[in-house]
Amino acid sequence: MKKIATGNKAVAEAVMQAAPTVVAAYPITPQTEIVEQIAEFVTSGRMPAKYIAVESEHSAMAACIGASITGVRTFTATSSHGLLYMHEMTNWAAGARLPIVMANVNRSLGPGWNIWAEHTDALQERDTGWLQVYVSTVQEAYDATLMAFRIAEHHDVLLPVMVNLDGFLLSHIMQPVDTVELGDFIPPIHLPYAIDPKHPAGYGTLTGPDQQFKFRWEIERSMRDSVKVIEETEKDFAKRFGRKYGFTEDYRCEDADVIVIAMGTLGKEAEVAVDLLRNEGIKAGSMRIRWLRPFPKLDLKGKEVVVIDRDYSFGFGGIVAGEIRSKTGISLYSVIAGIGGQEVTYDDIAGFVRTRRIGEEFWFGVNAHV
Amino acid sequence: MFEIRIHSRGGQGGVTAARLLAMAALHDGKYATACPFYGAERRGAPIVSFVLIDDKPIKVYSQIRQPDMVVVLDESVMDVVDVLHGLRKGGRIFLNSPVNKEFAGFECKNVDLTGIALRENLVVAGSPILNTPVLGALAKMGVITADSAKKAIREMLSDEHNVKAAEAAYKEMSA
Repeated sequence: MKKIATGNKAVAEAVMQAAPTVVAAYPITPQTEIVEQIAEFVTSGRMPAKYIAVESEHSAMAACIGASITGVRTFTATSSHGLLYMHEMTNWAAGARLPIVMANVNRSLGPGWNIWAEHTDALQERDTGWLQVYVSTVQEAYDATLMAFRIAEHHDVLLPVMVNLDGFLLSHIMQPVDTVELGDFIPPIHLPYAIDPKHPAGYGTLTGPDQQFKFRWEIERSMRDSVKVIEETEKDFAKRFGRKYGFTEDYRCEDADVIVIAMGTLGKEAEVAVDLLRNEGIKAGSMRIRWLRPFPKLDLKGKEVVVIDRDYSFGFGGIVAGEIRSKTGISLYSVIAGIGGQEVTYDDIAGFVRTRRIGEEFWFGVNAHV
Repeated sequence: MFEIRIHSRGGQGGVTAARLLAMAALHDGKYATACPFYGAERRGAPIVSFVLIDDKPIKVYSQIRQPDMVVVLDESVMDVVDVLHGLRKGGRIFLNSPVNKEFAGFECKNVDLTGIALRENLVVAGSPILNTPVLGALAKMGVITADSAKKAIREMLSDEHNVKAAEAAYKEMSA
């Protein structure tokens, strides 16, 4: 059924359909609408879940961990400082191999106090063992949330999944969303090592130097195995519901000389810039990174690359640019733009491509050039 | 792509108007994005929201700089905001006012939405509801079809007075 919804409402709708047993959450701008809507679904009887209103995000993740370890489907949502406050527990969730799904509405970090879009919050969770997907439309927020449950709970994965959507630019705008009849797309959850009072076992016990690395390697092995699970899930989603997704969304890349890479809404707006550049005779393409973890294999041989980072690692550079450089070995033009919701138009993106200086970094709106 | 900027004051329903307009466009078989501009908004402060309508999926998230149309739900914002800012040459203006105004180089239409809302008893917390009658006016201006406008209103609001108000606005607008 087609309707008009905000990104937040679309995520809540998908969660309602995926029917987790437990939702534990704490409100934070610009995510609040997700958990408000879920709370409404629960109180109105449309969603037979236990909704736990906790006193902090740390507790939200802890409650999800406690629920998940009993083998039930769990969900939470957060943003920015809320995500950072969870950080100890996000590591625990992945380490304990719990397939928790979380929506993170990407927002800048204070100070200065800023509630607008930026990816640095989620990227600070990069090394925790969570799978991370970044979406670019309200429809994709809905679709990715549905798929996240199936991917997380797959026995070859059993890792938590974070669905990232840009604060306000996606969380609060309204677009058409086509909801699906889910059917058996998400199989019932079965956690192989769920707590069972009939078979007592130890959880989170002391793990010595002869064992810890094995648990860590198991996370990495599952991260690698998740690649085919993601591919299968997205393929089945396309077959059932007609919408195709991949590790990246490539637009006019085949014959391109220069490729713009970005995540989230900037990656979608870049497609408009590509059309402008093509009209000027510049053979441009756009490659929107959807899955940051596991990191996709990128074929960028023979292309000039412009990466737009809506994030930064101080003393290093744009985080996504750094990831791409380290995985592909290419030299690229690194643009830092959109921090804290900074306005970036398709004209601006086209400008980054026209004036690219491969090997250099450029902060949009800052005069000093590094 | 057809780009609309809606000027109103916090609490007047400018954001809901954008949502209803996007819903009506969807019923017309088009794609739409409705974006409220979020800042430190508060009741009574001038606010803007945007609606983009196109035949193909919309990929633009940055703010509209050059709208094709400006909708002014509250004339008094014109004292403090340049509502014509960036409006494309030959662009269209809709004014909630009993009196029409001339703007050189633009086409301006008006309907007294406030009067219609009061007549239809569409008043919430002392403020007349403007976001449903405005759909009738915009249907008359050809932005959306009248059928889709009514369908969108009925989907969101159960009070049939909202549809009557939209019909009244449609009728009252001069050709």
